[in-house]
Amino acid sequence: MCGVCGCGNENGRATISKPQNKQEVSNHDHSHSHSHSHSHGHDHHHDHDHGHHHHKTVIDLERDILHENKLGAAKNRGYFEAKNIFAINLVSSPGSGKTTLLEKTLTVLKDEYPFYVIEGDQQTLNDANRIDAIGVPVVQVNTGKGCHLESDMIFDAVKELKPVDDSFLMIENVGNLVCPSLFDLGENKRVVIISITEGEDKPIKYPDMFHSSDVCIINKIDLAPYLNVDIEKLKDYARQVNHHLTFFELSATSGEGMEAWYNWLKTALKE
Amino acid sequence: MHELSIALGIVKIAEAETAKANAKSVEKIELLIGSLSGVELGSLKYVWSTATKNTVLENAQLDIEYLVAKAKCLECETVFKMNYNYDNCPKCKSYFKEILKGKELKVIALEVIG
Repeated sequence: MCGVCGCGNENGRATISKPQNKQEVSNHDHSHSHSHSHSHGHDHHHDHDHGHHHHKTVIDLERDILHENKLGAAKNRGYFEAKNIFAINLVSSPGSGKTTLLEKTLTVLKDEYPFYVIEGDQQTLNDANRIDAIGVPVVQVNTGKGCHLESDMIFDAVKELKPVDDSFLMIENVGNLVCPSLFDLGENKRVVIISITEGEDKPIKYPDMFHSSDVCIINKIDLAPYLNVDIEKLKDYARQVNHHLTFFELSATSGEGMEAWYNWLKTALKE
Repeated sequence: MHELSIALGIVKIAEAETAKANAKSVEKIELLIGSLSGVELGSLKYVWSTATKNTVLENAQLDIEYLVAKAKCLECETVFKMNYNYDNCPKCKSYFKEILKGKELKVIALEVIG
């Protein structure tokens, strides 16, 4: 079980697969905190057990509990910087439109720039297959019972993808508006996607995710005529939690508003 | 509720450090937890005994320093305490703030024995 958020699959592993291919490319050993064993102190000093003399040591640590993931994230970040790869961590509730947004973006931009995709889901290769159908290199991470991606999974996936310099890496995280917020993957920007069907006050109900993101995409605006939603109010709620957010209002299916998103991506890669 | 998993993460750190020090168990552990870290103190204390059972932390004294988050208003420079990510300045009501502290989630020190 993952020792930070309690997730984990039967084997304690996330698997990484290529699309269409049910064969696992690699098993990522995700075994956090399985061993509750006693310390393996070398019992040289038997007299400590018999006597009343106990050896006390104070260890000053100042250790961040999410330390290991942060180390992995820093490693990824260094790799991306060296190769001028612009990496995006796409987060949202399940069903907000992450995969459709990716499909649309890739279809329009893939001939101009090299793109690589990492898909994260509990099970199936469905999302990776959708990306593969567009002709973009992709790997699928299946977390099993896991609820979020972690930096070492990204490292393993990137090793499979072997991206070229000056490219985009789009990471579609597991659909979950809570746990992924704790886990830095080494991305350049974190993009939270919320569809207008989810309710205006979503940002203050799930503040950690909006607080940790750089960009907020408001999706499915083509449905606005059928809903009683105030998009400005949604943005206000989001700004209460994070006043740095950059907003895009768009519809991945209709194409409305997508041009601003494409331009932002292109500018980001150049910088 | 992440607290059980946070506790297991603390166990992992304690096990590693205890082994490194060639010690047998932890007498005392000091944690620093900020009010914006996402950890509920009551929940953590509730799950602590389950998480630490049969580990080096089983009999450890748990000391938690709880840090109330502080932010500085970017409009009027008032420093104020924060309980939630969406709190605003009590003086000018602005939401433009810089969080000074409160997100910490750390093991500060361990006292190991044996």
